[in-house]
Amino acid sequence: MTVAEPGSARTAAGGPRPSLTELQRTSIETRRLIMQSIHTAGAGHVGGPLSVTDLLVNLYFDRMHLDPAQPDLADRDRLILSKGHSSIALYTVLALRGYLPVSELATFDAANSRLQGHPDMTILPGLDMSTGSLGQGLSPGVGMAIGARMRGLPFHTWVILGDGEIQEGQVWEAAFTGARYGLSNLTAIVDYNKLPQYGWPHESGHTRETPIEDPGGKFAAFGWHVVECDGHDHGSIRAACDAALAHTHGPTCIVAHTIKGKGISFSEGDYLWHAKVPSAAELERALAELDAQEIALEGRA
Amino acid sequence: MTATPTITPTVPLADAPLEALRDAWGNHLVTLAREYPDLLVLDGDLANSTRADIFKDALPDRFLEMGIAEQNMLGVAAGLATVGYVPWISTFVPFLVKRALDQIRVVIAQPHLNVKMCGAYSGILTSKTGKTHQSVEDLSIMRAMPGMVTIVPADANELRSAMDAMMRHDGPMYLRVTRDASPVIFGPDHRFEIGRGVLLRDGGDVGIISTGVETIRALEAADLLAADGISASVLHLPTIKPLDVEAIVAVAARTGRIVTAEDHTVIGGLGGAVAETLAEHHPTRMRRIGWQDVYGESAPNDFLLEKYGLSARHIAEAAKGLM
Repeated sequence: MTVAEPGSARTAAGGPRPSLTELQRTSIETRRLIMQSIHTAGAGHVGGPLSVTDLLVNLYFDRMHLDPAQPDLADRDRLILSKGHSSIALYTVLALRGYLPVSELATFDAANSRLQGHPDMTILPGLDMSTGSLGQGLSPGVGMAIGARMRGLPFHTWVILGDGEIQEGQVWEAAFTGARYGLSNLTAIVDYNKLPQYGWPHESGHTRETPIEDPGGKFAAFGWHVVECDGHDHGSIRAACDAALAHTHGPTCIVAHTIKGKGISFSEGDYLWHAKVPSAAELERALAELDAQEIALEGRA
Repeated sequence: MTATPTITPTVPLADAPLEALRDAWGNHLVTLAREYPDLLVLDGDLANSTRADIFKDALPDRFLEMGIAEQNMLGVAAGLATVGYVPWISTFVPFLVKRALDQIRVVIAQPHLNVKMCGAYSGILTSKTGKTHQSVEDLSIMRAMPGMVTIVPADANELRSAMDAMMRHDGPMYLRVTRDASPVIFGPDHRFEIGRGVLLRDGGDVGIISTGVETIRALEAADLLAADGISASVLHLPTIKPLDVEAIVAVAARTGRIVTAEDHTVIGGLGGAVAETLAEHHPTRMRRIGWQDVYGESAPNDFLLEKYGLSARHIAEAAKGLM
């Protein structure tokens, strides 16, 4: 199996690589659209989409070989959002990347929408797998990676897992199999935001326990190469992805340390924002905070 | 009824050679794989029971051992299907249909991926393994899934033809494969068609509608009934979904009495499907032969068929009960 050199022409369909500032700007725009879409839909998740935003932006704008005009390209890199309830983040990034009109995000969860509550690959081009029942995404990723190797295709498969869903036993069946087949063309990224939907109460009484301790150690025990990164720092994510592609002796797990609800002060670290619809006032406040982040970013750039 | 129904000839049971469907399955996969380069076989550590080992020995590069991890195996198959492969899954029915049910639903049935799920050791005759390994409700479950083609062949020749049809069909499919040697009643030219029933006997007193290897016992029952002067139709339904509604209604209209027979619970499988169909299209007096809402046990085959009411005698008595 040959994998693309880090930063090679296979990255982002051959276009110039974005700067870290550009990636941050895209992350801010993604968060803005997520909050607007959930407010418009009157339903959906906030905490998980905001924690996974930077990972998705980094993969779709900095990393993956793809062409939005040809979503079925045989050698495109694959992405499976195993934590399918963060679908609005994926739809937003796909829209910004050119797979669908940004205006279509307003149809999220609406009647006859291609943007289902959980990703449905049969109706929206650009989705590599339908997900929604937790713990199931890594196994199709193993299948894609085995298939790529058998076909001699150079694509890489990225699977984003929630830290809560890796409580599911199937994840560890897939982890065993991925290592057993030595799939260096497969990377699992754990969005380690450390908060479940409900879970076990924290002794403080104000928050919840981490769904699972030391996911990196667990993947390592299953034979995976493990890298940790700051899941909200594009430079750190980029370095972790580089390390994943450079590893040629089996699959890599990137443990991305994230904050649930990241980017908006009142949702950060609050498990009650797992699936909560922002009011008009909350939306206004969130957008103002994101605007301020963008102004600060331009000031630094 | 208008046209005279076409009867598909069968080899007399006394003359029929024996062949295990699992052996036919393993061998025919090799034949198919030479024609279809995208065919792969995935095994859940049971290849030497399901006879996927025949394939492994012939084409090792196209055999993927997945270990004892069925949920993952189904997901891996889904991923392979998205890359254009046609994965054939091999494991025992309970570990496929029930252990990995949500995986079948979410990553195979809902995305309508081209995965061929083969449940080995189907029914009650599982070589003395008992209730954990017997499959009593798999047909009810699979036929309830939107888009899931569900196939239950009667003999090795029909199985081979069904496998050919499965390769030509793009979408999720479930195939039941029995373990033990059973009579080959169809000739080598017999052609399975998805969704098409096969009329084997045309009698006017009662209609027996059966599926799978239980059709052998339905034919025996027809012979028992004939000895008592009762003329039975036998309609074999190798496809539980899509169902051959026309053939079911035709035999019900011709006979006015229907007995269904299957190696499966009477709730929701063939008996359920036929009852639903007739209630809607042609209400007819019925009896359902099959497991009567119970789990099985490990015991010799003849004992099980007798105790659980699956023998030819049970089918014939149910028919007489309708006279």
